Amino acid sequence: MLKYLKSIVFAFVFCAVADSALAEKLGLGRAALPAEVAAWDLDINALGEGLPFGSGDALVGEEIFSEKCAACHGDFAEGIDNWPKLAGGVDTLDHEDPLKTVGSYWPYLTTAYDYIKRSMPYGNAGSLTDDEVYAIVAYILYSNDLIEENFVLSDDNFLAFEMPNAKGFVVDDRGATEYAIWSDVPCMKNCKDTC
Amino acid sequence: MSKIETLKQSRRAFLSGAAAVGAGAMASGEAQAQTADPLITQPQEWSQGFGDGVDATPYGLPIKYEGGVVRRNVEWLTADQVSSINFTPIHALDGTITPQGCAFERHHSGAIDLSKANYRLMINGLVDTPLVFTYEDLERFPRENHIYFCECAANTGMEWAGAQLNGAQFTHGMIHNMEYTGVPLRLLLEEAGYDTTGKWVFVEGADASSNGRSIPMDKALDDVLVAFKANGEALRKEHGYPVRLVVPGWEGNMWVKWIRRIEVTNSPVESREETSKYTDTLADGVSRKWTWAMDAKSVVTSPSPQAPIKHGSGPLVITGLAWSGHGRITRVDVSKDGGKTWETARLAKPGERMALTRFYLDINWDGSEMLLQSRAMDETGYVQPTKTQLRDVRGLNSIYHNNCIQTWWVRENGEAENVEVS
Ligand code: HEC
Repeated sequence: MLKYLKSIVFAFVFCAVADSALAEKLGLGRAALPAEVAAWDLDINALGEGLPFGSGDALVGEEIFSEKCAACHGDFAEGIDNWPKLAGGVDTLDHEDPLKTVGSYWPYLTTAYDYIKRSMPYGNAGSLTDDEVYAIVAYILYSNDLIEENFVLSDDNFLAFEMPNAKGFVVDDRGATEYAIWSDVPCMKNCKDTC
Repeated sequence: MSKIETLKQSRRAFLSGAAAVGAGAMASGEAQAQTADPLITQPQEWSQGFGDGVDATPYGLPIKYEGGVVRRNVEWLTADQVSSINFTPIHALDGTITPQGCAFERHHSGAIDLSKANYRLMINGLVDTPLVFTYEDLERFPRENHIYFCECAANTGMEWAGAQLNGAQFTHGMIHNMEYTGVPLRLLLEEAGYDTTGKWVFVEGADASSNGRSIPMDKALDDVLVAFKANGEALRKEHGYPVRLVVPGWEGNMWVKWIRRIEVTNSPVESREETSKYTDTLADGVSRKWTWAMDAKSVVTSPSPQAPIKHGSGPLVITGLAWSGHGRITRVDVSKDGGKTWETARLAKPGERMALTRFYLDINWDGSEMLLQSRAMDETGYVQPTKTQLRDVRGLNSIYHNNCIQTWWVRENGEAENVEVS
């Protein structure tokens, strides 16, 4: 009996505590350590936040590229077989089958750094040093005829580099261009001129 | 693209759509047997002896006769199997729930082996306290159940220039629909004390591709789930075991699998998956970005090229699926003459928000050829467009978000083919 009473009291107290905790926080999980955040928080955004200190040029980049990337992406980043092409395609975006590459399509250079640093080389992601990535990005720009071979790309001048297709994007405008015109009462009979 | 181009077999058949009325249908109940059916008159093995005992298959698979109902890929589409795609056999399924074992897969660096014990989820960025959760921590948050479709933005992406892949599985099979169990992302963000000025969350997976995407905070707080169960059981490895993100109504690429980090930020990352990919290039070369929502769409799953009519004229069930990333499906119309006349189909159940809806049109088929189409409408009043309407706005190069009306040309012999009638 005593035990029974006790547990009722306990349950009551517990509920009260749980309620207030629910309104705020549950106290689950633990604080992430700075070293843990540093290990995983590697993304670099379009403003350049997260871009590491370092530099590299296309000449150095070419060596690394031919060793670690060319097997799939080709010696000149032109792509082999069905593997992605990273160079070429300028002025093809309004053609049939446009060739979209880092040079012809990508609006931000930060994306190239971010992606190569975190996700390439394919099968050994995250293995490149910061300077190697600068050098590789420089080589890809060089392969796209966007810089000279001795141009040194660094955290200092990285954001100043304007990509050819930087202005080639608009935010989703389907609301105005599509939804507005595709909301009529649908036709049920004689919907097409018979041919 | 050039390889795709060369391998492309153009199935463009600009058919008039004139359906000549063929042989008259047989009246119901008219069939007569000449001899007794031995399956009925003879004793059968399965009715006399024993079947399998319990535990013959501790975890059951479909019976061998259903062995063809599997995911399939189209090899020439991608360079490599670990960054590739396969397709749900929607032509052979019914109802709306996709069994996990045949739900399409899309990986950017393969389906990884990540145990619950090794799983960690980090929330950082603009928060009071960056947190790390274990799998067990997630199971202690209040959880919810919701049925949602997940459609790859590239579903039907091969069909822009003309009818291309011959089967609903291949034209429309980058979709699945499951009941998810998970924790609202909002609760995890509250637990970390997210900064209400933060406008975005950046989410990424634990696999080598890391597949990062930026999601606006409004969506993150609205209905995004951090899910660990699908259709009642643990997620499959290929769908992100042990934990994936569920982003209702929005393109599948944002449903990050093996999710390991959620960062509250002030601006979008503009990662590779939201710039180089998943942006839609228009005819003038300008590209749309942040086209997250999947517009209303439908397809007849049977009859279709992989599901021909084998029974001849007479009663025929025409069925298919409809869905919208903007809410509920309210109506589906079916045309048998390539869009000249339409009939409203029967919805198996009222449409549910951002979930597949099954429709049926039960007809008495006269055995003449049909140009079968379906047209979905959702609660916003949006009507699924024809391919011509889509192309008039976008051109041929946008790859993603092709939600056009699909046509199957069903011939008198019941076989069906992907054709273009726009
Ligand atoms: C074994 C083949 C292989 C190697 C080696 C390789 N890559 Fe890749 N790369 C790929 C594949 C496959 C993709 C597409 C991955 C996907 O589908 O998400 C890709 C994508 C890319 C992209 C994005 C392309 C786009 O248009 O979106 C860049 C940039 C890139 N790789 C750079 C590199 C660099 C730099 C290296 C060397 C350090 C490298 N890759 C090594 C196979 C490879």
